[in-house]
Formats: sequence, structure tokens, C-alpha cells
Amino acid sequence: MASAAPTSEPASGALAARPKIAVVDLWKAFDGKEVLRGVDLDIVAGESFVVLGGSGAGKSVLLKHLIGLIHPDRGHVIVDGEDIVCADPSVCLRIRRKFGMSFQEGALFDSMNVFENIAFPLRRHTKMTEAEIADRVHECLELVNLDGVGRKATNELSGGMRRRVGFARAIALQPEILLFDEPNTGLDPLTSAVIDSVIVHMRESLPVTMVTITHDLRSAFRIADRIAMLREGRILAVATPDGFRQLPDPYIQGFLAGEPLEEEA
Amino acid sequence: MRPRERPGRGRLHRGLEALGAAIVGAGEEVGRFFFILYKTLFWTFRRPFDLREWARQMVRVGVDSLPVVGLTAMFTGMVMALQTFRGFERFHAEGFVASVVSLSLTRELAPVLSALMMAGRIGSALAAELGTMRVTEQIDALYAMATEPIHYLVVPRVGACTLMLPPLVMCANGLGILGGWMVAVELLGANPVVYWQRTFQYLELNDVMSGLIKAAVFGLILSVTGCAKGYFTSGGAEGVGRSTTAAVVMGSLVILLSDFFLTKILF
Repeated sequence: MASAAPTSEPASGALAARPKIAVVDLWKAFDGKEVLRGVDLDIVAGESFVVLGGSGAGKSVLLKHLIGLIHPDRGHVIVDGEDIVCADPSVCLRIRRKFGMSFQEGALFDSMNVFENIAFPLRRHTKMTEAEIADRVHECLELVNLDGVGRKATNELSGGMRRRVGFARAIALQPEILLFDEPNTGLDPLTSAVIDSVIVHMRESLPVTMVTITHDLRSAFRIADRIAMLREGRILAVATPDGFRQLPDPYIQGFLAGEPLEEEA
Repeated sequence: MRPRERPGRGRLHRGLEALGAAIVGAGEEVGRFFFILYKTLFWTFRRPFDLREWARQMVRVGVDSLPVVGLTAMFTGMVMALQTFRGFERFHAEGFVASVVSLSLTRELAPVLSALMMAGRIGSALAAELGTMRVTEQIDALYAMATEPIHYLVVPRVGACTLMLPPLVMCANGLGILGGWMVAVELLGANPVVYWQRTFQYLELNDVMSGLIKAAVFGLILSVTGCAKGYFTSGGAEGVGRSTTAAVVMGSLVILLSDFFLTKILF
């Protein structure tokens, strides 16, 4: 069982400011099984925040709560001071426009080609002309190093390319917050490194706050300003990458070393 | 012996459990149907109106289904003429074959058979399409892009089915009557002029209209059932398969059940 008290340290002294996203005492159960058990998190504007955790720790569920895809049993998710949990549907849609989300397998619309996938949110939410949309799609594809694939059907793309098209679609509306759901899952180490470099490049080029969930340690240390460890629905610790390595918690040390605790072995 | 261990009581418990689960399951299905119906009505009149998607769905539901629905109606009309001719022959009432074919087609057979064919063709496709989008997180992606999936996906599909079923049934009426005429005149030697007169002699506008109203209601039912099944799919590829089958079975059953009540109301 989780025993260590959550520890926390600021990313760059900016923590004193109001957090971009505040998760307060979040609880969620599915069919009686508690997946989140009182998660508290503060995510600062402009940082790259990574939530690490093993399979079944509740990472994806936590991420989907941030954007209001799942309604919690208890608790709040406050984005720029507005609670997405209690918001009525129209406010919820407005808050969601601050987000761009990249899904595990890309979640690209398979009835559309790459161009149409990225153009979709632009056509839906802006009054841009077709020429402006084409420019913006081109810009987004360039940012994820995929220029020239606009006409391809989504089923012609490799796993890594699908993720990157997903990234391009997520940034099309210039969101303030980017969410990444397991961006490296199922990819070989080289493609995984490419994905990480794209994420780092996006972070350097765009004024966004990033939240990534992953179980990939190498990726987490590459892209994170701060790392949180989620275990059995609770946050064990939050720390900078360097600080994270020094944490004395036996579960975290076991996770870093790839050695499960005796009780889990 | 403790009551818990009595085999009879165990069977009773299991039976009651199964009954309770079935009732809860049925309640859930009904709830999902009305949830999708309510949400669809709520979002139908809200901007943005995706006219391109509406047009695409109307072509898919209407134009693309015309061969299936037309063939069904035509052969039904042919069989009706053949059967009634053989029956009516026995009491020398062959002259009324045309009236029976036109009345039974417009009031009952064209709307119901077209709707059943559409439940198989469109209801299953809607469930498979939305189900696949659900399990591959495409529906979540729509939410994440601040787009209500009911608005973007369900409204045009339900709208297209509801609007396109009546014109389809109108075509089915025409082709069914034509099929009956072909059999009666060409095969059974009926007088073509008399047959044509008798086709419309007892047919009233109300007969045709009630069939078209039924068609619109059936279109709404089969599309909402298909969309609800797809929208609430879980369990990967197997789940999509289950939803598709259930959409056809449930859609057909609800069409047949509601047919009785609609007939009772409209006549």
C-alpha cells in the first residue's frame, strides 16, 4: 500500500502564482473499484508536467478528468479559476477550447485524410478561409516534422506518424494547455525518442502548459519540468526530474530501478 | 440444514437475480434510447448546422438505399398480386386484387418492410460506425475538440433517416404497385385499364399519409437505436460486433411493436 506522504517542490519559483490547473481531492470509482482516491495536483502555467505511474494506476482516468471527459464522484478540476466539474455544458465547451489533447493511438478520424483531420477543429471553431486553414495545417504539420503528408489517408500512417498527426491536430487551435495520453506506448525506442523531441520542440516553440501521462521513464525525464508519481489512485510525490531520482520512497526507487516491491512481485 | 444451502432456495435466488438483471438491463436500454433522443432533439436546432454532413448522410440513407428498398417493395407487390389473385379467384373477386395490393402496400407493407430493410442496412452501419469511433477514442477526441459528438455525429444521421424514409417509402409504394400490376396484367391476364382504375378507386390520401408518418417515425426509431447502441459501445472489436447485432434486432423489434400502436392511433 502507498505509505509515503506526498512531497512537492516548485518548478521554477512560479508556483506562487495561481495554478493553471488545480486538481482538488479527486475521487472516481468504476463498478465499485476505486481508481482515483483523493488526487491533489497543482499544474503551473507554462510548465511541462508529467504524471508517471504503472499500468492501472489511474493515469488515463486522471487525464480525462482534466478535460471533463469523465465526471468525478467527488472533487474539483479548476482551470484558470473555473471549475470544469460543476460547469454547465456551454461553459464546459468553452473551457475545453483551452485544451488540445493527443490520444494514445492518435484517435484520428478514419473517414478523413490527414489534412482534414487537422483542419477539422479549425473549420468547426473558427471563421478562417480555406486558404488560411491550409496555411495553418501546413504550419502544424511542419512543427511535428510531417510536412507533405496532408493528402495521406490515416491508415497509411505508421504508429509514430499517427501520434504526430494527433499532436498537430491538438495544436491547430493554438490551445493554452496540451494533454498527452501515453505518447510513447507501443513505439520502438528510436521512434519514441523522435516523439519526445517533437514534444520538447513544441514546448519550446509554443506558449503552452503541457501535461503528459506515461509509464516510460526515459521519456518522462526527457520532457518534464516536474514529475508526479501516481500509485493506486493517489499522488505519492511531485518533484523535478533531478529531485525525483533522489526521493527515498521505496516504490519510486523500485519503479526507477525496474524492480517491483516484494508485496507486488 | 441452513436455509442458504437448500438447493431450491439457491435456484430461486439465481432466478430472481437473473430476472432483476434482465429488468435493470432493459431499463438501461430504454434509458439510453431516450437519452440519445433527448440530446438529439436538444442539439438539432443549435449552430453550427453542418449542411455538408447532412447532405452526405441523406445521400447515404436515401439515394444509396433506393435499390434495396425498391426491390423489396417491387417483389412484395408482385407476391401480393399473385397471392390475392389465387385467393380471390375462389369467390370471383379478382377485380379487387388491385385495391388490396395498393391499400396493403401504402398503409402497411411498404413502410414496415422498408423500415426493416433499413434497420438492417443503416441501423447496423450506424452502430458499427459510432461503436468503432467510441472504442478508438474518436468520440473522446471530438469532446476534446470542444465538439459535442451528439451534435456532429448523431443529429445529421438521425435527421437524414427521419427525413429520407418517407420519400423512400413513397418510391416503394410506386414500385410495389407497379410490381403488382406487372404480375396481374402480364402474368395473370387482368385487364390493364380496370386494374389501374381499381388501384386508385379505394385509395385515399389518408392511406398514403399514414404510411408516410409511420415511415418517418420508423426512421427516427431505427436511427436512434443504432446511434444509441454505437454511442454506448464498450469492449473493443467484440463490443462493436455486439452493438451492431443488437441494433438490428432491437431496431426491428421496436419497429414492429410501434407499428401496432401507430396503426391504432392513425386509423
